[in-house]
Amino acid sequence: MHIPRQWRTRDQRLSLMGEVCPKCGVKLFPPRDVCPECSGPAKEPFALSGRGAVYSYSTVYHAPEGYESYVPYTVALVRLEEGPMVTAQLTDVDKEQVAIGMPVEMVTRKIAEDGEDGAILYGYKFRPALEAGAAC
Amino acid sequence: MRQVSIIGIGQTKVDEHWDKSFRDLGVDAVLAAIQDAGSPPVEALYLGNMLAGQLTGQEHTAALVADYAGYRGIEALRVEAACAAGSSAFRVGYMAVASGLIDVAVVVGVEKMTDMLGNEVTAALASAADADYEVMHGVSFVALNALLMRRYMYEHQVERAAFANFAINAHRNAMNNPNAMFHAPLSEAAFGKARMIADPVSLLDSAPICDGAAAAVICPTARAREFSAHPVHVRASAVATDSLALHDRKDLLFLQAGRLSAQKAYAQAGAGPEDMDLFELHDAFTIMSALSLEAAGFAPRGQGVRLAQEGEIFLGGRIPISTMGGLKGRGHPVGATGMYQIVELAQQLRGEAGKNQVDCRLGMAQNIGGSGGTIITHIFESAD
Repeated sequence: MHIPRQWRTRDQRLSLMGEVCPKCGVKLFPPRDVCPECSGPAKEPFALSGRGAVYSYSTVYHAPEGYESYVPYTVALVRLEEGPMVTAQLTDVDKEQVAIGMPVEMVTRKIAEDGEDGAILYGYKFRPALEAGAAC
Repeated sequence: MRQVSIIGIGQTKVDEHWDKSFRDLGVDAVLAAIQDAGSPPVEALYLGNMLAGQLTGQEHTAALVADYAGYRGIEALRVEAACAAGSSAFRVGYMAVASGLIDVAVVVGVEKMTDMLGNEVTAALASAADADYEVMHGVSFVALNALLMRRYMYEHQVERAAFANFAINAHRNAMNNPNAMFHAPLSEAAFGKARMIADPVSLLDSAPICDGAAAAVICPTARAREFSAHPVHVRASAVATDSLALHDRKDLLFLQAGRLSAQKAYAQAGAGPEDMDLFELHDAFTIMSALSLEAAGFAPRGQGVRLAQEGEIFLGGRIPISTMGGLKGRGHPVGATGMYQIVELAQQLRGEAGKNQVDCRLGMAQNIGGSGGTIITHIFESAD
């Protein structure tokens, strides 16, 4: 991932910064500036808690170029407690233990390396929630 | 608006064509279709392609194929909509002819995938998804379909084995299609123990990486008999969109763009799913077959997989699908696939499908871009 793209998405990757629609109140992640619910402007920043639950998941055995060294890894759709769903890898968990509905929380991890000379990409992954009752 | 008909079809075998380049494949299909149409005066070429830039380092492909096919000088444009590129080019050709701006157009879908290594192709295919918020996390295109399949199995309480007949039917039908990539039957046992690509999607749930090109020549229906003894009429052409990213869908397990484009198509054709004699759907993965059947109205939500289990998708069933092998058996050269679907429907409606011939008057094709961000539905009618 090229450095300007990494820089542009830093608030999203490192702190799950989304938006809230001032008209209908829906929380948005990633930010898109136009509310998909009411089509009005939605530019007010809103940081998501990072708490949620696994909605679906898959363990990847055949990775795209750049991710081969992480195989096998588990990706998931995580429903955040504020409403939005995000796509991310799961971490700190055995793939056999993953289940739909499992409470998870966001952590910052290395996502990928851009070759020997490129920048290291950091971003959100999700691990099983450490606090009891921390997630929906 | 004028009525539009297909007056010629052509296709290359779907295969790993080590000896053929992108332009060779495109030219072969274009010339075959033009010859089949009796060499009418072609005014425009519309080319559907997804990955030429990433996999062959070649953009600007429509002018290239027009030139090499001997049509230097004509209007030529490329249309891209991920795996729906093929039928998106057909849609543009249809609009050009229906509007009266163009009389005779050739539409071709072309993809050349096997010059690159598997992980490079996997990365290129992932570009159909949201680059910043899906692909960045190492999510392959197969993994997106796995997220759908896992949730489908969970919500509808079905086992992986329930999807087997989608793949078995595709391979069986491909056996009688000389242009298909695979000519080997597939057993339930082999499906059951296939190796996982992205759990629960296995190799045998997935369409193969391959090369191919398919083309059709279209003109106003009023002129179709000048060129063809057996024209096929376009009864509907409709495109609809949804969010690119799965995580932005309102309802993960419903292809909203499939529903919207099918509804538009049914309204144009004055017909419904019960009137369709066959359905060429986008079986890139077995889960997509189930979701496509549900979105197009052939099965209620959660019941698409039952049509496979009960054999209703077979050649003699209530709604035959993948009749020439589908994406799974014929192969899925991504940007060409939509045109293969249309060419195969034309074969069926002209009565030229050989051992796989379905008794048909109306047929539908549905081509899916990405995980459902673009879905294009066409309905065709036999002239006989």
